Amino acid sequence: MQRYSGFGLVKHAFGHHENWERQWRNPEPKKQYDVIIVGGGGHGLATAYYLAKEFGVRNVAVIEKGWLGGGNTARNTTIVRSNYLWDEAGRLYNHSLDLWKGLSQDLNYNVMFSQRGVLNLGHTLQDMRDIQRRVNANRLNGIDSEVVTPQQVKEIEPEIDISNRARYPIMGASWQKSAGVARHDAVAWGFARGADSHGVDLLQNTEVTGFKIRDGKVLGVHTNRGDIEAHTVGCVAAGNSGVLAKMAGIKLPLESHPLQALVSEPLKPILNTVTMSNHVHGYVSQSDKGDLVIGAGIDGYLGYGQRGSYPTIEHTLQAIVEMFPMFSRVRMNRQWGGIVDTCPDACPILSKTDVKGLYFNCGWGTGGFKATPGSGHVFAASLAKGEMHPIAAPFSIDRFHTGALIDEHGAAGVAH
Amino acid sequence: MFYILCPYCKEHREEEEFHPRGQAHLMRPEDPDNTTDEEWGDYLFFRDNPRGIHHEMWVHSVGCRKFFNITRNTVTYEILETYPMGEQPTITADDPSVRHEQGAQVADGGWQTVGARPENTALNEETSS
Repeated sequence: MQRYSGFGLVKHAFGHHENWERQWRNPEPKKQYDVIIVGGGGHGLATAYYLAKEFGVRNVAVIEKGWLGGGNTARNTTIVRSNYLWDEAGRLYNHSLDLWKGLSQDLNYNVMFSQRGVLNLGHTLQDMRDIQRRVNANRLNGIDSEVVTPQQVKEIEPEIDISNRARYPIMGASWQKSAGVARHDAVAWGFARGADSHGVDLLQNTEVTGFKIRDGKVLGVHTNRGDIEAHTVGCVAAGNSGVLAKMAGIKLPLESHPLQALVSEPLKPILNTVTMSNHVHGYVSQSDKGDLVIGAGIDGYLGYGQRGSYPTIEHTLQAIVEMFPMFSRVRMNRQWGGIVDTCPDACPILSKTDVKGLYFNCGWGTGGFKATPGSGHVFAASLAKGEMHPIAAPFSIDRFHTGALIDEHGAAGVAH
Repeated sequence: MFYILCPYCKEHREEEEFHPRGQAHLMRPEDPDNTTDEEWGDYLFFRDNPRGIHHEMWVHSVGCRKFFNITRNTVTYEILETYPMGEQPTITADDPSVRHEQGAQVADGGWQTVGARPENTALNEETSS
């Protein structure tokens, strides 16, 4: 792998940047691998990367029906935070946040992780009680989090309206200073390049059409480029997980919904941080390009169309304008939808299945991006050892029958 | 934006008057005290999540406030029928005409295909941005 550095940049400038190596190969599928990852999004690529780098499993293929990072990895609002209420979720997301901090160096790829902080606003008395509870839980789990007053919110984000003119005036917020944003595409590309450099085959335009299962054991997958054998298969397919599970005869408690986001025309720097509000239903940050990145809620109905409804956009923009009245005349540039696999308890599934050797990592719903490195790391550990990693273990699919749910609707809800 | 025919009001009204309430035709176990954890969990949490024809319950929340069912394609978002509670759908995923004409992604062999295929232009067009 060609390492990136400032010196390299200068060197290649003399060659008019025409001699950069390709970031990853485009190999032909082999007949057999130790581990197959189905799904070449952020989580799948991260899983492959950590498998090869940390757990010494290098005969790995990532099978992707489209192109790498072309699904929700490219469609999210790039927020990274870990202020979740329950211990299990807090551990998982904080493990991820710890990995984010050194990710650019680890991958030798600038993922533009910027710890600019996240505000979760409260607009009612109950909101504030929930925020206090969550902040206290966070602090007990070693996650940096604090309750801030409307005046402090105004100091952090000067353009926000904390007056009583709003329909739902801001009564305070939780503030996680170590949270922030990252460049979503770079995360997928960085993991892809890292995985490839450790020998992982990234098979794009390869669609899994079925699983080879005998005597309750997975033996491989059928694809449109022929059959590929492996005794360990990890499915990391977000909105399409349910469809894959059906092929393997497994039921998952997932529902796929469209989730939208939109970006505005580029503006001069105006927002310092990420502002989220569950109550009025919207969240906004500003990218390094200058456009406002705005996230909406899911559409309530099932959908695989990768587009959302206009009422949802209208609702979201109402919320944004209520928080930041000065944005009322900002024009929106682009809008898109991703298909999110929502779980009944708003927590992911990282689990073995009834089919031996077949694992699922799915159900991240509206908030998977922040967990990309952590999810990949614990899932890779689980695939390598054949036993779920302690951080991943509580997220077993069994919880929907035992009742040991991890109900994160309070911390996740809209602004996930 | 959906225009939904409420089977009670007999009028097409905009989506915002309605609220989706998930999968239709779910049966609460008749004797909840004697179900296994498996059965009860399945009833509470496990839902069909098809790529294609889906029967779902909606409520005309700011209209007549009655519940009814919709048969809808979850890929093209086309609404194929609406019918009152207690009735069965006339269009299902097994219907061969639906497979071809409505573009439902139900493949032969008991499972459903994943993702856009070159021969299905409608799907490919939706994969924007």
